[in-house]
Amino acid sequence: MTKQAILAGVILVVLLSAGAFGQDRPEAVVDSSNLTGAILPAPVTNIEAKNHKYDDGERIDLFWEKSVDDPDNIFGYKVYRIDKDGASELVRELLPGTTEYFDEEVENDVPYQYIVAVVGEAGEAPSEMTPEVMAAWEFFNFSKLNILILGFIVCGSVLFFISSAKSGKKLFIRKIGGLEALEEAVGRATEMGRPILFIPGILDLDDVQTLAAITILGKVSRVIADYDSKILMPVSRSLVMTSARETIKESYMSAGRPDGYNDNMVQYITDEQFGYVAAVNGIMVREKPATCLYLGAFFAESLILAETGNSIGAIQIAGTARPGQLPFFVAACDYTLIGEELFAASAYLSGDPKQLGSLKGQDIGKIVAMSAIILGTLAMTFASAWELGFMQSLLDILNSIFVTN
Amino acid sequence: MRKAPIIITAVVAALFVLSWLLKSNGAVVDENSMSAISQGFWITLSAFLTLAVMSFLYQDNPFYKFAEHLYVGVSAAYWMCMGFWTTLVGNLVPRLSEGLSNWFEVPYVGFKPHFIIPLVFGFLLLMRLSPKGGWISRWSLAFIVGTTAGLNLPRFLSSDFISQISATFMPLLVNWQGIGSFFSDFSLSASGQFIGILSNLVVFLGVFCGIIYFFFSKEHKGAFGVASRFGIWILMITFGASFGYTVMGRISLLVGRLTFIMGDWLGLIS
Repeated sequence: MTKQAILAGVILVVLLSAGAFGQDRPEAVVDSSNLTGAILPAPVTNIEAKNHKYDDGERIDLFWEKSVDDPDNIFGYKVYRIDKDGASELVRELLPGTTEYFDEEVENDVPYQYIVAVVGEAGEAPSEMTPEVMAAWEFFNFSKLNILILGFIVCGSVLFFISSAKSGKKLFIRKIGGLEALEEAVGRATEMGRPILFIPGILDLDDVQTLAAITILGKVSRVIADYDSKILMPVSRSLVMTSARETIKESYMSAGRPDGYNDNMVQYITDEQFGYVAAVNGIMVREKPATCLYLGAFFAESLILAETGNSIGAIQIAGTARPGQLPFFVAACDYTLIGEELFAASAYLSGDPKQLGSLKGQDIGKIVAMSAIILGTLAMTFASAWELGFMQSLLDILNSIFVTN
Repeated sequence: MRKAPIIITAVVAALFVLSWLLKSNGAVVDENSMSAISQGFWITLSAFLTLAVMSFLYQDNPFYKFAEHLYVGVSAAYWMCMGFWTTLVGNLVPRLSEGLSNWFEVPYVGFKPHFIIPLVFGFLLLMRLSPKGGWISRWSLAFIVGTTAGLNLPRFLSSDFISQISATFMPLLVNWQGIGSFFSDFSLSASGQFIGILSNLVVFLGVFCGIIYFFFSKEHKGAFGVASRFGIWILMITFGASFGYTVMGRISLLVGRLTFIMGDWLGLIS
């Protein structure tokens, strides 16, 4: 009877202990049986769960200091998530040496707690349970405040110069070589009685280079309409075809020659890169355009197009902001608009106050960039060579401004 | 009609048939995929189209035209099908209509009302086909251009402006221990102090003068012009290096095609 009472007491104590343990430990974690006689590894310490800042409320960041038995005596870590009902779920198994985990499978504004268990030969050694934490969304991302401020500076400059240009102030823009030759090239085509080929790249309207190309097309097609010349524009995107037709039609109407416009000036070929190139090459050798304009986003087709244009003796003007393709255009074309010159071209050609103001505003951005580069380089040089404290402070400030998250 | 084109076409056709027969005869037949005749045909057709496209290097000719038109036709049809099945059926239908999803046999995701917006804009684009309502299609274009510009502004400002500036912060004096130490430990080793300083100086001056080249508000004369010319020189040197690097990549593509011609088709290399 006594033995039975003692046994019942022990069982009761064990059950109560297990029940009490179960209040703050998930069931899966309490398996710390030491059947082999091995010692449980030391648990992790300083475990901390935090809402991930500046997101849409779907992530909780978990940090801890690794077990002192890491890496020799452990197999890894297990991360358990406990929801508001006390149900635990193993969310991740991690390798030794890991000290953080970002849980991206949580719901917005729901409280969670976490336990990180160290897995060793003897079983799992759970950590303390973290306080409740909720993933919350933030309306404003302060980590991108610098982008906003710099955006305001650049956009503010643009607006200021647009306003200046509209008020009649003359804005100076330096000459851009390739564009000076544009009218000459169109005139040459007219004299020779041959068409002008315009290739707007192979990307869609969601690429800024294509937009720049379409803007330049407006000016070019206006000159073509004035000269009563002919334009050929094979395109590889349906939306580009639509907008190009609109643009050319507008130019012909503004030139007072709506009858000269024809939808067939712009032809859709195919979205396939080399299928498009094969067709354009065919058009080049059959129609023999006197002028070829390649303006927009180009990839491997740049040299194929430019070489074919060269072989038929056409004047070629190219422009792209893709650094990888610029060498081919530089080598094979008569004039090349390098990088931002492509975007400056439309402003230069049109003389439109909005575009000129935009270009001048961008130059303010370049002044900011040059100033920052000089300051940052000097600060880093003096801080590293002579360990000047105020230079290090200046460098820290610059790094905090020109950092991206 | 001139006889030469007919004779050339006949010769090419005869060679095609001969190649087909020979390749079919020697083909290793995979019972699960295709017959020897089919395998021989596709290898011969691949070789013919490769040579037809390469013949453009000589001049435009009917074989190139055939390959070109075949490529354009097949690819245009392919992309149209892809657009329909991946965009309309794959993305739009499962979020708008359960009935249509079942009809197209794609899993219904659930009704997402905001997907009506692209549907409407898609229809607006089609209004271009209407003689009187064509102007409505501009709304879709305006939406695309506007959202593109808006979405790209912070992205480019971050990656092409801010990141590039901070990446240029580098010390012009690397591992500096004084002028005496610099000369006493002078070395032309790639990991040495002198090369480190030179490298950082080239980056600093290259970036700075490169930006000056793209400065449009001032005439490039005097010191400004010198800096601008240095900037364009740096750009040209970079283009030269990039040109050589890319050409080497293109050569590997040519090698791939020649390997097919010489190996898979002619069997001259194993």
